[in-house]
Amino acid sequence: MKTSVLAGSSLENRSNIRRLIIILLFVTVLMTIVRPSQFPTISNFNSMMRQFPEYGIMAIGISLTMITGGIDLGVVGTANLSAILAAKFLISLMKSGVSAEAIAPYIVLAILMSITTGLVCGAFAGFLIARLNIPPILATLGTQQLFTGIAIGITNGRPQSGLPLLYSSIGNYQFFNLIPVSFVIFLLVALGAGFLLSRTRLGFQMYMLGTNSRASWYAGLNNSSIIVRTYMMSGFLSSLAGLIMMARANSAKAEYGTPYTLQCVLIAVLGGIDPNGGAGTITGVAIAILILQFLSSGLNMFNSISNFYRDVIWGGVLLLVLMINKFNVWNGKVRGNP
Amino acid sequence: MIAANKMFRRTEPYILLAIIALSILIQIQSGQFYSGNNLVDLARSMIVPALFSAGCMMVIISGGIDVSFTAIGSLAMFITDKYLLSINYSGPVIVSYLMSAALGLLMGAINGFFIGILQLPTLVVTLGTASLFTGIMYGAFAASASDVPPAIAAHGKSILFTATNAQTGLSSNMPMQIFILVGVLLLVFFLLRYTMLGRGIYAIGGDENAAERAGFNVKGIKFFLYCFVGALAGITGIVRISMMAYADPSTMLGMELIVIAAVVLGGTRVTGGSGTLIGTLLGVLLMTILSNSLILIGISTYWSRVFTGSVIIIGTAVSAYRTKLKR
Repeated sequence: MKTSVLAGSSLENRSNIRRLIIILLFVTVLMTIVRPSQFPTISNFNSMMRQFPEYGIMAIGISLTMITGGIDLGVVGTANLSAILAAKFLISLMKSGVSAEAIAPYIVLAILMSITTGLVCGAFAGFLIARLNIPPILATLGTQQLFTGIAIGITNGRPQSGLPLLYSSIGNYQFFNLIPVSFVIFLLVALGAGFLLSRTRLGFQMYMLGTNSRASWYAGLNNSSIIVRTYMMSGFLSSLAGLIMMARANSAKAEYGTPYTLQCVLIAVLGGIDPNGGAGTITGVAIAILILQFLSSGLNMFNSISNFYRDVIWGGVLLLVLMINKFNVWNGKVRGNP
Repeated sequence: MIAANKMFRRTEPYILLAIIALSILIQIQSGQFYSGNNLVDLARSMIVPALFSAGCMMVIISGGIDVSFTAIGSLAMFITDKYLLSINYSGPVIVSYLMSAALGLLMGAINGFFIGILQLPTLVVTLGTASLFTGIMYGAFAASASDVPPAIAAHGKSILFTATNAQTGLSSNMPMQIFILVGVLLLVFFLLRYTMLGRGIYAIGGDENAAERAGFNVKGIKFFLYCFVGALAGITGIVRISMMAYADPSTMLGMELIVIAAVVLGGTRVTGGSGTLIGTLLGVLLMTILSNSLILIGISTYWSRVFTGSVIIIGTAVSAYRTKLKR
């Protein structure tokens, strides 16, 4: 699994993606058979398209950090903090009597503010990891607490509602009444991340760093700079996810979407990102996002299944996938030296 | 001189200084820190995090990280509680401890299988098992707060001594469960210090390949470690509900971060291979003082997570920086 940038990698990636597509088809067929009147409908697909971008974008962010051999457990905190700052700004403008027509430029400003917050949060995590040498797990457990804490502190834990109507109408706009804006953003993010990883120098360096940080250092790469830039990208993506969550809920809250962290790690691992770094593709992650959303929407169609079973299923699937990947490594064709 | 140098290269003296400074600050602000009942209260609220931290420290020493121990403790104590209630159990309390420890051990064995035998990354595995166990608790057992069996309730009421504050008239009880903490700490101390298993845990955290070549059974030691930590979490679950006198399934969830912070703050090296029980206890004491006394020094509880986060970051940064210096 450590050889993704070398010749054998495309073979392994292809077989992983083939396997994911088979799982996706299986889930689709299964759900279509058990819920034929609910699952294969336009309205279901439309509602799924509105649900997965927010965590899908964060999953891509986590995947980028995992490729470099790290992990970003602070994505949800970053998303909520950046959304809350934007929300507080817009709400205070509304209260000070800015008319609904004049608010448009301020919405752009709020979005820029939120993205800047995400970049700063990411840069901070990157700094802790690259400069202070804190292991990524602990550094981002800390930033997750810190960012969520700041978000709770400045809002007293209350949801921030009363956003301008214009914001949610932009955020929830659907092209042809079918394709939500958030889905388009997700597509752009996925294409952008895929391009970054497969076609740019930074992407190549991220794989190198994740495969063997010492070797990449000896090869003359600036590891610190790669790490900081990776976590800034993750922070940027988190802030986009935060803006989408804010539009969907029409409010921002410090503890919104807490279970997403586990779900995003699960997606990354399911999508073939090696938790030890150096391997995995965005295509795999994107298919994993679809698998999870199909499963989750499908489960929702059974009233008797408690929501808590979802935790059981997520945890179980995560362990199962880890195990399958492990045995696949043992029996596979391409073996790199870790 | 050399001895002094060596002492100040350790973490413990610094935390002790931080604790003393903080306690003096609180004493000046509120005048209530050095009162008998406050100290007993502190000891009382330390019991559960300190029990968890002993296991968590062992995992971090071995180079891993565990975020599932609170979920294990909660599910183990909840099944035990429900079962004993359903059979109207009225025997000695030790049975509830044994049962919960056994359940914890089983769940720990799942972690041990994935981490020790299959050599999978600890964080991802324990994130998965934590989700699995909480899901089972709320899904399959539809857990909600419930009573505890009479044996556990009686056990919770047994008190070692009571400290009363003459000024405020408030009194605090020192629970018997403090002996369980002492016992567990002694056991962990003995295990880490005097057994080959314990030395193996340090060796694995220092360098896994070297430990393997030195003849340690790395897989076996890791498997044992996660079983042990699971059993410990099960015991902690019963301690918690006996002190609260009711079984709230959510009471321990989320505590894992504070425990990890305390362990790292206590000087356990974040990359594994080194750490002491004394340091860990001081770390727990510092975290407990922080969370118990923020209100005493006039800080709103809304900001408490900022403190936890900052403490994790500062503690790990100091620990990582010292590791770097040593190289």
